This record gives sequence, structure tokens and C-alpha cells, in this order.
Amino acid sequence: MSKILAPKTEPELAEMIRDSAVSFTVEGSGSKPLGHRQNELPKLSLRNFAGVEVYEPEELILEAKAATSLSEIEKLLQQRQQMLAFEPPDYSSVYGSISSGTLGGVMACGFSGPRRIKAGAARDHILGITAVTGAGVKFKSGARVVKNVTGYDLSKLFVGSHGTLAAATSIIVKVLPKPETEETLLFKQNDDASAIALLSLAMQSSAEVSGAAHVPGEGTYVRLEGIAPSVAYRRDALVKALGLDAGLLGEHDSRKLWQGLKNLGPFHAMTDAHLWRISVAPSEAARMTAKLSETISFKHYYDWAGGLVWLAVFDADDAGAFAIRRAVGQGHSTLMRSTAEVLARVETCHPQAPALATLTARVKLAFDPEHRLNPGRMYRPN
Amino acid sequence: MIAMPLPDEAVLARRARIVSDLRNLVQNGGVIDAASALRAYESDGLSAYRQPPMVVVLPERTDQVSAVLRYAYDNNIKVVPRGAGTSLSGGALPLADGILLGLGKFNRIIDVDFANRCAVVQPGVTNLAITKAVEHKGFYYAPDPSSQIACTIGGNVAENSGGVHCLKYGLTANNILGIEMVLITGEVIRLGGKHLDSDGYDLLGVMTGSEGLLGVVTEVTVRILQKPETARAMLIGFASSEAAGQCVADVIAGGIIPGGMEMMDRPAIHAADDFANCGYPRDVEALLIVELDGPQVEVDHLIAELKRIAEKNNSLSLKVSATELERVAFWAGRKAAFPAVGRITPDYMCMDGTIPRKKLPEVLQGMAALSAHYKLRVANVFHAGDGNLHPLIMFDANQDDEFARAEAFGADILRLCVKVGGVLTGEHGIGVEKRDLMGEMFTEDDLAQQQRLKCAFDDKSLLNPGKVFPTLHRCAELGRVIVRNGQLPHAELPRF
Repeated sequence: MSKILAPKTEPELAEMIRDSAVSFTVEGSGSKPLGHRQNELPKLSLRNFAGVEVYEPEELILEAKAATSLSEIEKLLQQRQQMLAFEPPDYSSVYGSISSGTLGGVMACGFSGPRRIKAGAARDHILGITAVTGAGVKFKSGARVVKNVTGYDLSKLFVGSHGTLAAATSIIVKVLPKPETEETLLFKQNDDASAIALLSLAMQSSAEVSGAAHVPGEGTYVRLEGIAPSVAYRRDALVKALGLDAGLLGEHDSRKLWQGLKNLGPFHAMTDAHLWRISVAPSEAARMTAKLSETISFKHYYDWAGGLVWLAVFDADDAGAFAIRRAVGQGHSTLMRSTAEVLARVETCHPQAPALATLTARVKLAFDPEHRLNPGRMYRPN
Repeated sequence: MIAMPLPDEAVLARRARIVSDLRNLVQNGGVIDAASALRAYESDGLSAYRQPPMVVVLPERTDQVSAVLRYAYDNNIKVVPRGAGTSLSGGALPLADGILLGLGKFNRIIDVDFANRCAVVQPGVTNLAITKAVEHKGFYYAPDPSSQIACTIGGNVAENSGGVHCLKYGLTANNILGIEMVLITGEVIRLGGKHLDSDGYDLLGVMTGSEGLLGVVTEVTVRILQKPETARAMLIGFASSEAAGQCVADVIAGGIIPGGMEMMDRPAIHAADDFANCGYPRDVEALLIVELDGPQVEVDHLIAELKRIAEKNNSLSLKVSATELERVAFWAGRKAAFPAVGRITPDYMCMDGTIPRKKLPEVLQGMAALSAHYKLRVANVFHAGDGNLHPLIMFDANQDDEFARAEAFGADILRLCVKVGGVLTGEHGIGVEKRDLMGEMFTEDDLAQQQRLKCAFDDKSLLNPGKVFPTLHRCAELGRVIVRNGQLPHAELPRF
């Protein structure tokens, strides 16, 4: 068991990082143990930075300490019919974690749910951050306002940095009204390519689609949200425009469906599979999976109208990394879950072109000059 | 007048040689050095600040941008990138010893991809031209800064431009998927693309709004959206800004995010109505323009809700656009607010703070007091939904100290914005205009961290120096410097 440090204040956190001779594994609640982990490193737990600090529904802002649980935040927002519109996912079932995640954790990973195609990603909803760099210096960026271009957007830079740049202590996010109701159209398509083509047409319509997924062998789903008469009108117009038979899931079933798709429900039973998250141009998705199926064995489903492909790979000694990284083309892949042995030799994040990799390394050094925070988490050290 | 970095005499002494070297890199008249021609580039939309550049270079291809930047890097020459020059914060103000790199010739739309709901365009394409290129299929590009007929998408990326619809549809940062950019070293980098998430660190997010200090954008992939089926606008008058502000708060707390929600105060209402004859109510203290868009049935429902909320807040007048023509007319006054104010004063200065909306009455009162103190008039237009305030300070630059008073008035307004929890700029950028106010919002540590990031992109600080940061730092001194007890390190360095 590695040593756990849990500072209680920002100065204490800054001092711990600044004075340390060793690196840390940074952790919120530990719900998403992604990537290569060096178990001998002490854990720097941010769990004491918890609690909502400000919630102003009329201003559309919420500020919470980084390790505030998402469930606490969502419960609070629910009371005023508001939400985190990027639909933060809960991957605890695939990681076997007890916690369903923290605000800081979901931002550090940059994960967004199905509504990303309409409402934007996690990075589109962060407004500000207070954090301590790998050099032990506290800084802040952004403010409690929804529109701000003052200085570089260091908050966005934190999103998706997997704790390799700075340890966040507090985060400001934009919140939005929750749709009054939702329903989902269900289509039956024979193959992935025609399913993705259908989703593309739905996305090109004025139906304001807020979820577009295809689960092979199960169905093609299109979610509509808003006030009831508007949802009904857009549903009818969309079905007419597509000219296809559609089943309909009412509010309750629709919620359940997207909850499952958001949280990797289709993969919950596949406890031994290597899990991949792949981001591609939507129109490339079906071609990519067809190409992959020639070399590796996997189950998959599509979210974001094809722009997000989830893969559960079986029986490949590199988790399928070689084949996947070749097939992805202009997009990129993240190895979400694998064995410790594979994670030690396969990079978690997609390898970058040389000039970008060099710039990335320099950005890392600008925040964490001595590699104190999560060494090797995104890219293996050279 | 704000101080800029001192010109490098060694560079100026080599000017003729530099011009001839640049002509080898960019042919076809793409290098301009005649004094009369340079004057055309001496300022941007913030015309109070002027400085002709040492030389203007107008490349046409990415490899030329790369070669020019590499040359500048090897020869320690500063570079100021420029789109259409519509910046309201002096972001494209040239330097006497610098290359002004104009991207105007990058004006092609490369690819329109409806299946992936995106378009790939060169940075010199105007904001409105993107919509023009996709509207035959009912699509549009959402961010709509008022200068959209002239401003370029490259400049929009540099400034993270907004517009009246960004409350619902987001700023530039939320509407671009990828860029190709060139670093000062000449290296060409692609961030993102047609996929929805870019990989690794969100350098695309950092580039957006970086004001030309990190790299030069040579291609942009933007998201395009299907136009809403209908849009209608409402004009709602109130007896006080408090009542109008409460109405806005109730709309948002009621779960409605309108397509646009603008507020004007009495001086702005009168100036706009005199100018555009748009039928605004003249006997109100505050006017809201609210646009609702979507399917007809939804718009009807929302208009009824808005009426209910407006009446609850004691609105004095309420008008709903009946036709598309009328909707456009409702907006005409607001969109012409700047020139309208320009008609009633020889000069005006447009500020751009954002405040928590609930602080509006406090800020307006403070502004009235400042107006009396500086003996200068002010009119206010306000992106009410997102708290972005545009006070227009009226002055006459030909009157003794009026410009200096206007600058001091503007700075005090922004200090007030920061004091109530807001920020210096919502959409116009820091540029040179608000550079020296950065310390109002950020500590030395905060600014040093931003500058460390700058150094990761531009280790010689050659790209657009003198903008955004109040203090020039050598990258080396930022290494692991920690400011203690408020003592600045390297006190011998020139501060400006």
C-alpha cells in the first residue's frame, strides 16, 4: 500500500508539492484509475478539498472544491432544475470503484456524455480554476462569469490533462437549465454504415438532436429534449424527413437508455476486456471499425453520431493498440482500461506527431518542471 | 499613450537586408516596405493607438508563413499577426521594429462537410462568408460578432470572439474543432480536426483567445449548425435597470436560454433610435431585446412565458416582432448602437467588462458617479444574458485632456467590474488597451504561470510582444522563480 498524503489547505498542498523529492499520483476519489500507474509513488489525495462553495442559478454558475462528488453537485442542481449540460459520465462500474467521481476528476479526464454533440464537452463548461502547479505554485484562471477572455484559458488546459500539469483545488463551471422532458426515437438499421448515415441526417436536421448513438445488434437511437410540445413537433418532423419506421421510448425509458450508454453500460459485463475510447470524424467511424474487425476481436458501440467509438477488445497481447492506432487516422484513441502489464508498455493517450509532442512536452514542463505530478500517465516518459 | 517595448536598434539598422530577405521568401508583391503603404496598417479597430510597422508581409501559403516565422526566429525579429484589423483592443497594433504578418490572402473555403457538420476554411475568410458558404443547405456559423461582415475567422480564433447569440450558442472556442498553426520556430502543428475532441492537452482551447501571442493560425475547422426554424424578437421597456435586470434573472432561473438577450440604457436607446429610427420606446430607462428561436410551437410558448415574467417585473412596454422584417428592425438599432453613439460625439471608447449580472445596478450607479467625476457622458449596451457590458465613453480627442480622462474613466469602469467579481474583457481581448490592468485581476503568480505557458510556445517572446502582459519577462527568469513577499525578481529589467 502506497503512502497517502491528504493536505487540508492550499498552502499545505503547495508546500507538499514544492518540498517533495519524489513524484505523486494525484487523486480525487480514485474513481477513474486510468493509464500507467507507478504503485510505489505516494498518493496525493485531494479529498479534503470538497464542498460546493457558490451556486447561483440565475447567474448560471457553480463553484465547488475539486473533490466535491458529482452526485452531490447534481443533486443540488436538480433542486433548481439545472444540470451540468455536458452530462459527466460515471465509469465506476467498469473500474469497480466505489465513488462515482468528482468534479475535478471528470474535468481532469475531460470526459463528456452523449449531450456533447449539442451542448459541448466538459472543456466548454469550465469557467475557472484554482490549482497548484507541479512547481508548487498556486494560480487561478477565469472567474465566476460565463463570458470571459481575460488572459490565456488555463482552465481549458486543465481539462483532459489527467492531473499531469496541476492539482486543482477549486473549479467554476457553467450550469444550464435542465430540459423539461425527453424522448428517444429507435431505428433498426442492418449495418453500422447505414446507422451512422442515418444519425448524420438527423444531426443535419433542425431537430436539435441531443443524443445520437448506435449499438450494433440492438438499435440506433436519437434523443430529443426540451418542452413537451417542441419535442413532439421535432419528433414528428424528423421521422417524416427520414422516411423510416421508428419506435419511441418515452421519458422514463429514454432516461434509462442514455444513462446506460453514458456510463458504458454495454460493457459492464465484460470485466476482462481492454477498453478503448476513440474519437474520429463521425463519417469515418463505421469504416474504421470495419477495418479493425479484420485484425482484432472486439465489441463496440457508437455515441456522438459516430464521433465517439467505444471498443471492448478481447485476446490481444497489446490490447489491440497497434491495430487501433493505425486505423484511427486523423482522430485519436485512449486506452481506458487494461492490465497493469499492458499499461506499462502501451501509451494511454494517442501518440502525437513529433512537433506537437515536443510542444506538449514543453507545456508540461511549464507547469511541472520536475515531473512531480502523475509521471507517465498520458505519455510514457522519454 | 501606452508604452510599447523599445524598438531593437540592431533590427532597425538591418531593415533593408531584412526586407530583401523577406522578398525571397514571399514573392508577388507580398512584402510591403514603402512608408506610405505601411501607414495603411498602422492601427486596428482601436484607432487611438497608431504605429507603422517596420515591414508588412502578406503570405499566401502555410509554407511561406512557416519560412517567415523561422526567419524572424533566427534573426530575433518581432512579429505581429493580423487578420482584418478589426480588433477593438489593439491586438494587431504594429511594432516599429516588427514584421506585420497579414493573413488576408488566406481567403479560401477549403472544404464544406455537411455529413460531419463542419467547414474547413483559411484564416482570412470573414466570419459572415462562412455562413454564406453553407446557408444554401440551411446551415450557419453561430458566433456573430458585430464586425462579422469584415472580421476574419483567424482573428476570431485569436480573440475568442462572441456576439449577441453566444449565450445560447457559445463563443468561438465552443464552435471550432481544429486548427493548423505555425509556431514562431516555423513548425507546423495540427490541433484537433473533424473529430469532436482534440487529443492530449487542450492546446486548441489555449490558442483560442491567445491574441496572437502563441502561434499563427493558417487553417480553421469550424462547426456549422442548422438554422432554427423560426426566430422572433421582443422589445421590453422598463422604468429601471434593476427591473430589467431582475427580468433577465427570472428568465434564466425559469429555465429559458434565449437566442439573444440584450439590454440598453436610456442614452443608448435614444442614440440608436435617432440613428436607425427603429421604433424603440423612448420613455424607458432600460430596454431589453430578447430573441427566441426554435420550432414555431416552442417560440410561441416561450414568448408567452416571457410576457408573464416581464409583467411580473412591471414592464412599461412590450412588443413582439410579427414578421421577419420587423425582427431585423428590432435588432437594427442595437447593431448600430456603436455608430449611433459615434454620431452624437466626436469620439467614443468602447469598454468590454463582464460582471455577475446581479451586480448590474451597482455597476451602473458606480458608472454614473464616475461619469460625473470625469465630466464625460457614457451610454451602455449590455449582453444581458451573459453579463458582458459595453459602456461607450463619449469624448472629444481635440479637447485638451479629454482622451486622457476617457482612458482613466474606462480603466476605473474595468476596476469596478473586477471589484464586483467580474473580469476585464468578455470578448474584445486585452490587447494593449487593458494590458496594464491585468494586475487588477491576477496576482504575479497567476501572470507568471500564463507567461510560462507563453514561453513553451515562444521562447524568445517574439510573437506580438507588448500585448496582454503588463510586464515583459525573459523566459529564463520564469524557470522556477517564485515571487516572495511581493518582491519582483530581476528588478533591473525594463517594465512598461
